Amino acid sequence: MAQMNMVQAINDALRLEMKRDDRVVVLGEDVGKVGGVFRVTAGLYDEFGDERVIDTPLSEGGIIGTAIGMALYGLVPVPEIQFADFIFPAYDQIVSELAKYRYRSGGEYPCKMVIRTPVGGGIRGGHYHSQSPEAQFIHVAGLKVVCPSNAADAKGLLLAAIRDPDPVLFFEPKRVYRAAKGEVPEGDYTVPLGQAKVVRPGADVTIVTWGAMVYEALDAANKASAEGVECEIVDLRTLWPLDIDSVVASVKKTGRLVVVHEAPRSCGLGGEIVSLVNEKAFLHLEAPPVRVTGFDTPFPYTLEMEYLPLAHRILPAVLATAKY
Amino acid sequence: MTTVSTDRGPHHRSAERRPEDALAADVLRVMRPDGSLDPAADPHLSDAEVLALYRAMVRTRVVDERAVALQRQGRIGFHIGSLGEEATIVGSAFALRPQDWLFPCYREFGAALLRGLPLERYFDNLFGNAGDLAKGRQMPDHWCDREHKLGSVSSPIGTQITQAVGFAWAARLRRDDVVALVYFGDGATSSSDFHNGLNFAGVYRTPTVLLCRNNGWAISVPTERQTASEGFASKGAAYGVHGVRCDGNDLFAVVRACRDAIARASRGDGPTLVEALTYRLSGHSTSDDPKAYRPEGEVARWSELDPIERLRAHLVARGQWGAPAEAALHAELAEEVRASLAAAEKKPAPALASMFEDVYAEPPWHLREQREALLAGPRAKGHGG
Ligand SMILES: Cc1ncc(C[n+]2csc(CCOP(=O)(O)OP(=O)(O)O)c2C)c(N)n1
Ligand SMILES: [Mg+2]
Repeated sequence: MAQMNMVQAINDALRLEMKRDDRVVVLGEDVGKVGGVFRVTAGLYDEFGDERVIDTPLSEGGIIGTAIGMALYGLVPVPEIQFADFIFPAYDQIVSELAKYRYRSGGEYPCKMVIRTPVGGGIRGGHYHSQSPEAQFIHVAGLKVVCPSNAADAKGLLLAAIRDPDPVLFFEPKRVYRAAKGEVPEGDYTVPLGQAKVVRPGADVTIVTWGAMVYEALDAANKASAEGVECEIVDLRTLWPLDIDSVVASVKKTGRLVVVHEAPRSCGLGGEIVSLVNEKAFLHLEAPPVRVTGFDTPFPYTLEMEYLPLAHRILPAVLATAKY
Repeated sequence: MTTVSTDRGPHHRSAERRPEDALAADVLRVMRPDGSLDPAADPHLSDAEVLALYRAMVRTRVVDERAVALQRQGRIGFHIGSLGEEATIVGSAFALRPQDWLFPCYREFGAALLRGLPLERYFDNLFGNAGDLAKGRQMPDHWCDREHKLGSVSSPIGTQITQAVGFAWAARLRRDDVVALVYFGDGATSSSDFHNGLNFAGVYRTPTVLLCRNNGWAISVPTERQTASEGFASKGAAYGVHGVRCDGNDLFAVVRACRDAIARASRGDGPTLVEALTYRLSGHSTSDDPKAYRPEGEVARWSELDPIERLRAHLVARGQWGAPAEAALHAELAEEVRASLAAAEKKPAPALASMFEDVYAEPPWHLREQREALLAGPRAKGHGG
């Protein structure tokens, strides 16, 4: 075990897999010599050279389009999009092409890659360095979506994602890139995709969340505990395909559900989770499921801490649900 | 034009970006090394105009340095500056006529100030306060100002290029004599909007000036990773768009190239791609440390072509400038910056409810509901208001 933050853990996973599998290539803007604007690919250029760690022209469509071609040839691309907010020039390649390749070719052309990209707010990034677009990719059949909350999960999930047969969007919560420090196992291990984790057991209210909001949920849970309400926090880790069994099992235990996410409220993943729980555990519910989310506005700059669903907004929702 | 080298393998990495590139023969240049002007290319600015432009360039740099300091002191969150690119930015904005519009990238606050954006408003934007025309919704240096015909800065690279083409196209369709000038970097030439913009501009002969600030770098990526062609002006030809390269650190050359392009557009002769060869003397932004990727010596060599120093040398040679005038200018600018900054820094954060305005012309039920919930709920820690 070693103490690592999430940046180091992801870097460790990339290095390990690049050593193990020479088909793995990293490409993107500023990923090479400088090691990425968040230093996630630091040192890889020196270790693996410029044919495997590639600084590209400034074109996300170009990055993902060429990565698709590389994947079709048999390489395993791990492109980086500098911020998730800048993924949209590649949206056509991801949505119309990458997601549908296997299906539209009758299984003849499976096409896999892991697109790594930082997401989320709380770093004074304004509209275009703060968004959480997971729902826009979950809604596209054929893509898997991952978002770790801590360093050990980040490493194990990334290794699992690179070895997965399907295309994966790997969302890295940049607000906790350096703050989410913890013990990370050395060497090779995976955290299987599609498995949530209960990060805090509790009998009264289930909080389903992921990424940086796990810490806000923990903060709110500790405060709720002082008022006699015990929260169970389910960290989804893989957002799609969702670990619905873990969510339903927890709701059957507590009878109450609060979903927390940074993304805007309407048509967010929270709405889907609430629907699924209604379908699968309706008779176990003691209170209407609740969403605590970003607002349905663009992500603001100065007022970002009011926009985000932080502990101060989670706590009253938890207490109200418990009392319902 | 120098011939395109054919031996560039995929691993090509030029050791260094050389100032000589900006001095190559195919580049429009007006100022000679001795400070005199080439009569064949001289845009014939009056003495008063040259002095006003020198002042505007120095003002841009003084404000820039102040903004960096504010970020270092934690008083603003971020700044993206224009150190070394002042001639390109100020000269191009100056070339516009009153009826023309400017579509900015994120480095051209100097152009905005020249067009009339009040300095206090610019600081309001850096603070993201209630006085900001963008209502504190965007990061610093993402300003807008319709009154002065300045578009709205967006972070996603290249998006403004097609928009400026469409804007100018619309003016042409309405038979208005209006030109749109759009700024973008060398990195942006890799975006699909650059190619779409040139293509539409060429096909419809829109009155657009596409100004590429070629400052050598896109964060850590050098220009030879954006293109295998010799520079960017040559890309116009493939789209049927006139292309020119100018020395972007030569104020007179920038004014000349942009004036010619505007005249051409206004005559109905279509768009021009202007490549201004300049250099980013600073890091990409206050978040960037260029030591990690930039060859040593490059900055020192480009500093010798500092656009402000070159213009000052010219003014001194003309007998129009000296140490007392320089000192007086700096004193005047220091006072202007002090007063505008003090006024801006006093202003409160935008009102909470303002978060829900302007999403739509009128907030629908769900936004009204969310606004009421936010106002009734507990406040977050850690923001200015
Ligand atoms: C679509 C998109 N991708 C990536 C980024 C991140 N980014 C911001 S500035 C920049 C480099 C831009 O370089 P250039 O166009 O040369 O302009 P300069 O900063 O040099 O003025 C990058 C990659 C972005 N803002 N938008
Ligand atoms: Mg550049």
